[in-house]
Amino acid sequence: MEFLLVQALSGLASAASLFLVASGLSIIFGVTRIVNFAHGAFYMLGAYVAYTLTTRFAGPFGFWGAIVAAAIIVALLGALMEMVLLRRIYQAPELFQLLATFGVTLMVQDLVVVIWGPEDLLGPRAPGFTGAISLFGRMVPTYDLFMMTLGPVVLGILWLLFHKTRWGVLVRAATQDREMVAALGVNQKWLFTGVFALGVFLAALGGALQIPRTTVTHAMDLSIIVEVFVVVVIGGLGSVFGAFVAAIIVAELNAFGILILPQISLITVFLVMAVVLVVRPWGLFGKPESAPRAAAGLTIRPWRPFTQVERAGVALVVVAVAALPFFLGNYALTVGAEILIYVLFAASLHFMMTVGGLASFGHAAYFGLGAYGAAFLVKYMGAPMEAALIVGPLLGLAGAVLFGWFCVRLSGVYFAMLTLAFAQIAWSIAFQWVDVTGGDNGLLGIWPATWASRPAGFFWLALGIAVVGVGVLRMLVFSPFGYGLRAVRDSALRSEAIGLNRQRMQWAAFIVAGTFAGLAGALFAFLKGSVFPDYMAIPTSVDGLVMVLLGGVETVSGAVVGAVLYKALAIWLMSQTDLSKLVLGGVIVVIVLAFPKGVVGFIEDLRHRWPRKGNGATVGATKAEAA
Amino acid sequence: MKLQVSNLNSHYGPAHILYDVGLEIGAGEVVALLGRNGAGKSTTFRSIVGLVPQRAGTVMFDGADVSRLPTYEIVRRGLGYVPEDRRIFSHLTVEENFEVGRQAPRPGVATWTPDMLYKLFPNLGEMRKRPGGQMSGGEQQMLTIGRTLMGNPSLVLLDEPSEGLAPKIVEQMADAILAMKGEGLSVVISEQNLHFAKLISDRAYIIEKGRIRFSGTIADLEANPEIRDAYLAV
Repeated sequence: MEFLLVQALSGLASAASLFLVASGLSIIFGVTRIVNFAHGAFYMLGAYVAYTLTTRFAGPFGFWGAIVAAAIIVALLGALMEMVLLRRIYQAPELFQLLATFGVTLMVQDLVVVIWGPEDLLGPRAPGFTGAISLFGRMVPTYDLFMMTLGPVVLGILWLLFHKTRWGVLVRAATQDREMVAALGVNQKWLFTGVFALGVFLAALGGALQIPRTTVTHAMDLSIIVEVFVVVVIGGLGSVFGAFVAAIIVAELNAFGILILPQISLITVFLVMAVVLVVRPWGLFGKPESAPRAAAGLTIRPWRPFTQVERAGVALVVVAVAALPFFLGNYALTVGAEILIYVLFAASLHFMMTVGGLASFGHAAYFGLGAYGAAFLVKYMGAPMEAALIVGPLLGLAGAVLFGWFCVRLSGVYFAMLTLAFAQIAWSIAFQWVDVTGGDNGLLGIWPATWASRPAGFFWLALGIAVVGVGVLRMLVFSPFGYGLRAVRDSALRSEAIGLNRQRMQWAAFIVAGTFAGLAGALFAFLKGSVFPDYMAIPTSVDGLVMVLLGGVETVSGAVVGAVLYKALAIWLMSQTDLSKLVLGGVIVVIVLAFPKGVVGFIEDLRHRWPRKGNGATVGATKAEAA
Repeated sequence: MKLQVSNLNSHYGPAHILYDVGLEIGAGEVVALLGRNGAGKSTTFRSIVGLVPQRAGTVMFDGADVSRLPTYEIVRRGLGYVPEDRRIFSHLTVEENFEVGRQAPRPGVATWTPDMLYKLFPNLGEMRKRPGGQMSGGEQQMLTIGRTLMGNPSLVLLDEPSEGLAPKIVEQMADAILAMKGEGLSVVISEQNLHFAKLISDRAYIIEKGRIRFSGTIADLEANPEIRDAYLAV
């Protein structure tokens, strides 16, 4: 009994930082409608800056002064990001904002290593809270007690700020109706910047306050952001009180989950989140989103199937690619096979994202599940490659059936956050369930059949599967199912009024996309000869997103072009620089700012600027473009 | 001239809504902008305060061209706007709604305080701590007008203040608008309800399908029933 109480107290102590970061994310979202992916990065920066200030400059500030100073410095950085980057993309679809802030996250990850080095850092203890006191016969660190009281104190301060100051009242008003606030003479620009700085300050303070408890590492950003996403999904995006309650729930579940299921402690959190989402899709204290913006919305140009000429052109390209093994060396062919696998992966994401309007931030989960499915068959059942390639992706399908059922209950940013959380859960299962998955060591020795063991043979195998997969997905776009899916994406209400079942159609799209991603993953397992948890990690999901975005979100063939360009660029970059994340993050930010329609969208714009004769769609499209 | 709008053209996406709209409002005048549903009244007001992104034309306010300014700067110069659908902040109390609208006092213009507004709208005085979402339609209409007055405007655009209100509340609105006029404010109201407009207005414009079709005094309008029948009768 005493042990449980102490465990509960420890959970409360961890809840404090979680609450600080989650409330910051919630406040920012409430006013700017941006889910700040970089929030974890600011949390991490808060810890690093606090480490430097407390160890090197403790003299002028003292420990506590250094903690607050660190949070203020990082808040200024956040305000700078808002002014330089976000102000330009407030009108853009949500997906772009998520991606832009993710680009910043990637850049910060490399910058932190450059500035502070790759080693974990151990900060000083907090003066006055170095000891432990005996509670129920067990020792509890006094710093934990301090953190426990901090949560409610910060909640109280935030309440006073939002209810007793003019600034806070303006923020609450803007959370409901930004335009009306401007129509009453308030300059939103500075309100937004101020809100952003406050949110980042809270995140950085949460990070800075961690240094007496844990080491400072350059992986702490992604670990916190996933927990924070879970917290705001449970508590309700935009609700500070919801963040407070949900942070306690999640922290306690973590504290006790580790006792019940030490292998897969995240499962308990996942189960609670699932229940909350079914009962209240907008979270315990959140409000239903009035009109979620779909991922689409930059241009309205009707899609059409390929003409005969274009079809012949595509066939020609496929034949040309199939002839590559006669000209290229083994290394180039292996790279080529990898690119082809990513073409299929990107096309599957494109299907649910562009056609279905479901921007997934966790598509790697199904890629990874497919890879593990194939690996299990080979490892535990001795199945041949052919069987594993057919049956393995079914694990991706199963994952999509399960996770998709929950995800399609939500839309917009909630959907994106939930897919990300599910992918992280899949990743942590693969990482923690060592007996079955081999954990971090992965599963090795997943080799292809003899006929496909040479690079040329595998290249042809990958080409065949990619061509068939992309072809099937494209046929689906122009099938009645595809039309229905687009109707549901563009207007959920009107399509329900004509008898389309939104959730079921989107669930089906989710499953189709997950299955093809699983197929790509199974193929990838045989290409690499091994499977690792990292196949399901966030960077893989984001790779897919960037491919679709680079090609053009609102085109049918953008994913293919984007995957080829991006993968080739990424592989080349890896060989050129150690700071690939910094460059990649920069590329993402630049794409979002300068190239929002992607490569294919850009080319289509050029084509439609000089309309050809006999193209009936052009007149309508030009008109629609004026929108 | 307090407010002078000329050649105002506005678009929503591909749809052209306003065609060369022109309005002239003198200091201390109450002017009605009359027209049927969908004639372009709200779009005219929204364009004047810069809430319609695709607009062209000039808007002169107190002798300065404000047509290129962002909404908040137009409003800060004393051009108040009360939206048609009221758009009160439903989670904020009456007091807090007023606080959002508050601007610094402006020389030469009446300075409004919550206490003055509670006198003008006694209903609101009894529910200072009530969230806006828990008020009746009439009370919300009073609140949205009061909220705009807190910005100490010298001219107010009032979009359909009588819409959907009980006759007794409509009378109260008329009194409030005349009180605003008494403080020296210019008021432009958009209306479908000719009787209400007649009670309070000095002059009227009629807008139909995005074009101004008539401009004159209320007496002119009374003398020309065929205009009223062509553009206003349902």
